[in-house]
Amino acid sequence: MMTVGLYHYLMLAGLLFAIGFLGVLIRKNTLVIYMCLELMLVASTVALVAFSRFNGTMDGNVFVFFILTVAAAEVAVGLAIIVALFRRRQTVQVEELNALKN
Amino acid sequence: MSAADILFHLFAFFTVACAVATVINHNAVNSAMFFLLSLVGVSAIFVLLDAFLLAVLMVLVYGGAVVALFLFIIMLLDMQGGDRKPFTKPTIVAGTIAGALMIVGLISFAKASQILPATNAGSVLPVGANLKFYAEQLFTTYLLPVQIVGFLLLISMLGVIVLSKKFAGLEDVK
Repeated sequence: MMTVGLYHYLMLAGLLFAIGFLGVLIRKNTLVIYMCLELMLVASTVALVAFSRFNGTMDGNVFVFFILTVAAAEVAVGLAIIVALFRRRQTVQVEELNALKN
Repeated sequence: MSAADILFHLFAFFTVACAVATVINHNAVNSAMFFLLSLVGVSAIFVLLDAFLLAVLMVLVYGGAVVALFLFIIMLLDMQGGDRKPFTKPTIVAGTIAGALMIVGLISFAKASQILPATNAGSVLPVGANLKFYAEQLFTTYLLPVQIVGFLLLISMLGVIVLSKKFAGLEDVK
């Protein structure tokens, strides 16, 4: 068995991203969809940190900083939108939120 | 296999298993809990990559703030699980195509892995382990992005306040 290298970390990141993507597609609860979006962001940070570690540079690590900040801001705004939506429509299921459809 | 390799496989499996559980769990609270466990696994992976500060930040920001916020909202909205509706046709088609694309992408990546530089972690200095390098980068190369991100946080705070405000005279669009 080969030793763990950049390849393994990138495969893990790709797998996590794929799982998050699948969740965004198949789940119908807006909150869970949002959680899966966060999972995709986290997967990208794993790839960035792995690249940083194996190249001996700081840029990937610093980018993870910014991703964390933007994710925190994004979650606050997104959840506020979901709460506002729930106050209006009394639901967070995506198939019932089709006011733009017709 | 060294101890670090065994730990990597252990935590990678743990992270992926918790991520799958996040996706397939019907209860939103359980989903959030598995998401939290998955984040803990990711931060363990960060420790294995010698990025200790990022591992701590991951648990603090994601586990402490983001997941707690998710749980608050889930409990505030008090959603009922309800009966699950079957998938509509477009969902099935889109899901199949997207899943196939993802699998093809992962397989092609696995086949092309020899183009990756064969760097050995032991031969590279673990710069992420040293706090000084973070400070140096954040205050020199990335000074402008830091300012912009600070402004973004301010704007998002204002946005959340406005979004949570109740406006009189707005009709229900239903």
